[in-house]
Amino acid sequence: MISLGLYNYWIVIALMMTGLYTMISRGNLVKKLVGLNIFQTAVFFLYISMGMVEDGAVPILTEGVTRYSNPLPHVLILTAIVVGVATTALGLALVVRIKEAYDTVDEDELHRLDNDF
Amino acid sequence: MEHLQVLIVLVPLLSAPLCALLPSGRWPWLLATLASWATLAMALVLLGRVESLGPLSYELGNWAAPWGIEYRLDYANAMVQLLLGVVAAVVMPFAYRSARQELDNDRQPGFYAALMLLLAGLLGITATGDAFNVFVFLEVSSLSTYTLIALGRDRRALTSSFRYLIMGTVGATFFLIGVGLLYSLTGTLNMADLAERLPAVASHRTVHTAVAFLVVGICLKLALFPLHLWLPNAYAYAPSAVSAMVAATSTKVMVYVLIRFLYTILGVDFSFGRLPLAQILMVLSVIGMLTASAVAISQPNAKRLLAYSSVAQVGYMVLGVSLVSALGLTAALLHMFNHALMKGALFMALGCVSFRLGGTDVAQMKGLGRSMPWTMAAFVAGGLSLIGVPLTVGFISKWYLVLAALEQGWWPLVVAILLSSLLAVIYVWRVVEVAYFQPSESRDIHREAPLALLLPTWILVLANVYFGIDTRLTVGVAEQAAAALLGAGR
Repeated sequence: MISLGLYNYWIVIALMMTGLYTMISRGNLVKKLVGLNIFQTAVFFLYISMGMVEDGAVPILTEGVTRYSNPLPHVLILTAIVVGVATTALGLALVVRIKEAYDTVDEDELHRLDNDF
Repeated sequence: MEHLQVLIVLVPLLSAPLCALLPSGRWPWLLATLASWATLAMALVLLGRVESLGPLSYELGNWAAPWGIEYRLDYANAMVQLLLGVVAAVVMPFAYRSARQELDNDRQPGFYAALMLLLAGLLGITATGDAFNVFVFLEVSSLSTYTLIALGRDRRALTSSFRYLIMGTVGATFFLIGVGLLYSLTGTLNMADLAERLPAVASHRTVHTAVAFLVVGICLKLALFPLHLWLPNAYAYAPSAVSAMVAATSTKVMVYVLIRFLYTILGVDFSFGRLPLAQILMVLSVIGMLTASAVAISQPNAKRLLAYSSVAQVGYMVLGVSLVSALGLTAALLHMFNHALMKGALFMALGCVSFRLGGTDVAQMKGLGRSMPWTMAAFVAGGLSLIGVPLTVGFISKWYLVLAALEQGWWPLVVAILLSSLLAVIYVWRVVEVAYFQPSESRDIHREAPLALLLPTWILVLANVYFGIDTRLTVGVAEQAAAALLGAGR
């Protein structure tokens, strides 16, 4: 039986596969980067879900609260988000330069131009 | 002295922004060169300290180990750090003339900043004892590599950099998923702590999923067949100095990460006893060795030829890892070090060729044996080492690999190793034949490359010969490292 109690993990898997599929199937380099972003975001969700503790409060020290969610995965994912932003920025910069050099951002077209080159 | 462990990462990391801020000209290069020499010196001192004190541990910011980030140094990573130091210390002096010719003037400071970040990232991967920290440094080194490759003169550098970015990020993200799944089971990211807690949950299916993600992610980054598709173009169209640096270091560091995860963290019993990883890696590495060598033969571009040969050489290293024995690991670690020396020398020799010819097409290289004798002699010496001729480092590591295969009665592997070496003879010979035995067609005689390029190239060539004869340092350290890695898994 599919357990819907862990529905967030199903969302993670669905997003992850959407991202991977977009990356593989799309010829447009910008769409590839969008796919990559969705893929990475799915992993962020995976980490954040892991940090959840049942009946846990927001991990900020408060009086009368003894059960907190685990803040470490959140911190880790902040780092990973920064890395993701840097990757996207670099990827888009490359796309801009590819557009300038080839006048197209379509993968098949690029392959064709490179073989003629 | 105990701060050296973190300083070896910090020195290149901090010199990167300084390089970017310095005015274009000699200064960024000078700073980068000094930083890389300092790295080499620190790596030597650290290796000495590991030899006298045993494994070193350093707690960042004095936070105790399982919670804080721990830097841990034993023989295996001290050896990889030495490799990084040697390659960087030789490539940086080489980069000056080569980059001044290949890059616009205003890009120079950024170029050296990216090289320093690459070095810092790679050193960080080896220095750390924290699984998540590996991911961060992995991305630091990868992002700088994408930038450096995109600086190539050919416009295909851009597309190959983009392709590497997509595949590299997928690999790194797979690695991140694996680390996350391990964390969800054990609640720790410290490598030593993970190794202690994993056996208790080893039968859990999540661990198997984590291992699958980790191994595929790492193998993407180390370009194991069939995950190597990003590599040939990336190496072929990058600027000369970048090709030499990246080809000599990146994949080796990832082989180290593979060894660290399979042997230290997951443990020999789990990764090779419960899971069929040894068989999978062995089959893939043998196919990689043979097909990549065969494909290398038909490459029209000499740099691309060497890039395919790199894929084959990664096969040798992973083969050593997959034999799961002290000899096999020794061979893998030795080949990491030795292959860095030979590929560094070969790519730098091609850098000299490209400096005078403006390209590295084999067809262009007619008559170079006469007009650029020192450059081509360096290429031949590096090529002999690549083939594995006695008195070169290539012979030493292949010898150990053959011994390791025979120890377990795997004689078909020996045949594969010899066959792949024969293919190496053919592809090296193709270049040699054109350079020495075909007369130059064009009238303009190419002059010999300047001393600033030849000297670093020949230092690495001589290192190839020196470590091929005097193997006490390399074999000694590799044996100690292998023993420690196998001991940790028990």
